[in-house]
Parts: sequence; C-alpha cells; structure tokens
Amino acid sequence: MEIAKVLDATGLACPMPIVRAKKTMETIGTGEILEIHTTDEGSKSDLTAWAKSGGHELLEQTKEDQVFKFWIKKA
Amino acid sequence: MTKTITTNELAKKIMNQEDTFILDVRNNDAFSDWKIEGKKVESLNEPYFNLMDGVDSITDKLPKDRNVNVICAKGKSSEMVTDMLEEAGYTNAYSLEGGMKGWSEHLEPVKLGDLKDGGAIYQFVRLGKGCLSYFIESNGEAAIVDAARMTESYENFAKERGVKIKHVLDTHLHADHISGGRKLAKNAGGTYYLPSKDAEEVTFNYTSLEEGKTIHVGNTSVTVQPIYSPGHTIGSTSLVVDETYLLTGDTLFVQSIGRPDLAGKAEDWVEDLRSTLYSRYTNLSDDLIVLPAHFSFVEELAEDGSVSARLGDLYQKNTGLQVEDEDKFRKMVTENLPPQPNAYEEIRKTNMGKMNPENEQQRDMEVGPNRCAIG
Repeated sequence: MEIAKVLDATGLACPMPIVRAKKTMETIGTGEILEIHTTDEGSKSDLTAWAKSGGHELLEQTKEDQVFKFWIKKA
Repeated sequence: MTKTITTNELAKKIMNQEDTFILDVRNNDAFSDWKIEGKKVESLNEPYFNLMDGVDSITDKLPKDRNVNVICAKGKSSEMVTDMLEEAGYTNAYSLEGGMKGWSEHLEPVKLGDLKDGGAIYQFVRLGKGCLSYFIESNGEAAIVDAARMTESYENFAKERGVKIKHVLDTHLHADHISGGRKLAKNAGGTYYLPSKDAEEVTFNYTSLEEGKTIHVGNTSVTVQPIYSPGHTIGSTSLVVDETYLLTGDTLFVQSIGRPDLAGKAEDWVEDLRSTLYSRYTNLSDDLIVLPAHFSFVEELAEDGSVSARLGDLYQKNTGLQVEDEDKFRKMVTENLPPQPNAYEEIRKTNMGKMNPENEQQRDMEVGPNRCAIG
C-alpha cells in the first residue's frame, strides 16, 4: 500500500483529529491514501463515519499499543 | 467565549417540560444508540464533521425563537459548532458543558411523598442514563437505595436536610452502572447492604439484605422490608418502604420487566423471574406504589419528572405481566433482547470490588443507556 501522507493526531481530543484529517485530506489527490494515527477513543467511530460521509474509502484500521491507525483512500 | 449551558440547567428545562431544541453533533450511530430525550424535546442530528465547512446546510432547520442546545460526546465539538453558529448569526446557540458524558452524570431529586410517621421519600432521576435511586429520610436519618456513582449528590442532599446517612442498600449487583453504595456507607459510617446471593464473589465486607430482616429509618415505624425477588439476578431483593412503596430494583419497571441474562445465566433465572412476577408480587397489595431502579422510555416520566405506578395498574397494563404461557414468557425474556449495557462485565466486576478503575475510566464505562429491561 502506497501512503501519500501520514497524519499524527495522537494526543488530540475530539474534534481535532477530524479537523486535521480533513485539512490533510485536502492536500492529497484523488485515489491517494492518507494514514492517520489517533489515541482518542471517540475518533474511532467518528473517523469511520466521517470517511463514509465524504465518500472516502476506509481501507483498513488497526490498534497497536493504544494507538488507532486508519488508512483512508481519498474520493 | 463560547456560550454554554450546564447539565443542571438543561435538566431543569427537561424536567419542567419546557420546549427544548437539541442539535446533536455526534455521529449518526452514536445518536441513534443513546440521546437526550424528554416529552418536549425536539432533536436534530448532524455530525460536526459535516459542518466543518459551514453551518448553511442546517440553518433552515434551526428554530429562531428558542435556544439551540448543541450536544456532542464530551463538550468540545459542540463548542466548535456553537461558535460557528454564533458567527452565522445564531446568538441563541449554547454548547452543553461536558457533553453526553456529563449529561449521564446528572442526578435530579424529586420528592415522591411524605411518610406516614414523619419523613419523606425522594427519587433521584438520572435522566441521561435512565437510572433511578431513592433517598428515604425520617427523624434525622436517611437510607439510600441503588445509589449512583456520584455520591456527592446524596451527601449534599443529606447535609442540606441535616440528616445522617445510616443505611445504604443495593437491591442487586448492578450491571449497567457503578454503585456508589459502598463509598456512601464508608464515608458516612453507615451500613452497606447487598443480597448475599449476589455477593458470593465480592471482595469487601457487607451486611446481607435478607427477607425478614426489617430495617428502621429514624422513627421506628418507618420500615424498609426486604422481599426476595430473584430473576434479574439470583439475589435481587425488593423493598417495601413504609408499607406504601415497593422498590422493585431491576425486576419490574413501569413499561417493561427486567432481563435475566446480564450475568450469563438467562436460562437458569427465567423460572425465578417468572415466579417473582407472576406469584411473589401478586401476593402483595395492589395499592403499593412501584418504584423501579430504571426507566427506558420518556413516556414513563410523570409531569414532575418522577417515575412510579400502582402495582395493581401494572398488572393491567404492563405487557411483561400479561403472558400466561410459560414458553412464550421464556422466549420473551431470552430471545431478541436489546444489546447489553456498555462494559457490563467490567461494571459487575467493579461492583464486586474485583476491579478498581480510575475515575475517568469509570465515567467511560457508564456511557450509554442502562438497557436493563427486556425491551
């Protein structure tokens, strides 16, 4: 998987992970992949719902050592 | 500065049945799972992440003559949206401090009535989670039943009234919320009661709540009489207070009945639940006022925000009490049940003293509705 950008949003609380994700998403091209790291429990369902609402594709999500990782393909 | 509203202010509006408009900016799943409800509450759900480019998409759906109360999970995203609304000219927008997490912790006391020989009984309504607890006072003493984790509310209430907390009771081992019972009793130097059949694995000392062992509050005539009523849990015990009120715990609610599955023993406990509801309770006076430990529907709230019903009336109206066929009853209480309460296994362990989570973790464990009824 080729990652266009990695956003470190760890330590940030709602709504900041999504605010940052949205801004970063605007800087990459359609079809490119953004990798996002968060620690906020609420970001899990919100990032998923946000991606869906924007038509982006959530390719994968994992949790490693309290860090949630998301790979989202821009629509 | 963002304009805000406190959980206390919002609770007053909802309890007083004022027209209340809520803009809930959590994601759709979170909203449909658990939200602020009330008889005069109107809600609009639009996730904050759909509003980051502006609020134009919703402004025609917002009232201009009423306040717009903006709600999110913890109170930060709602501040962002409230600021955006203010910039768009909506000066009537207020962000709920603490969000749903704070809302879940609010307790609103309502007086239910005076006791025959002096004293009174109060219901503490936890609007956000649908939990009900009870404060019985008489002659300078108080007994508290099914206390929530937020023990200061009861302690302040007792202090305002100049009464000493003597008895703290849990009708059963709770699975939906963390009991404040042990802490309250410890702080006040009172006695903590729990049914021994629910306490087989607990790590602390307690006094057994047993049928036949009447508890006296203040005046010797103000009695709390335990009645063994298993089914929701194997130890579940109801309480007849002042020969007038029947505190049913999670066994019988106003519009539903308790579920037998939260300790993983639904099949074993169905018979107990049935005999409690269809025989033990039927031996009691129809005129007892049922006071449950939960409500599930806003329709169960009376004009003053309290929840109660006459036992005889529930035998006419509550659908959980109308199932003559035992097989149908078994199916009703074991199949197609709603999801279990959030973190219910950890909550049970915490209430047994086997786990001691940090305060913030305890708050997270209690997020969501109580879900102790079968539907």
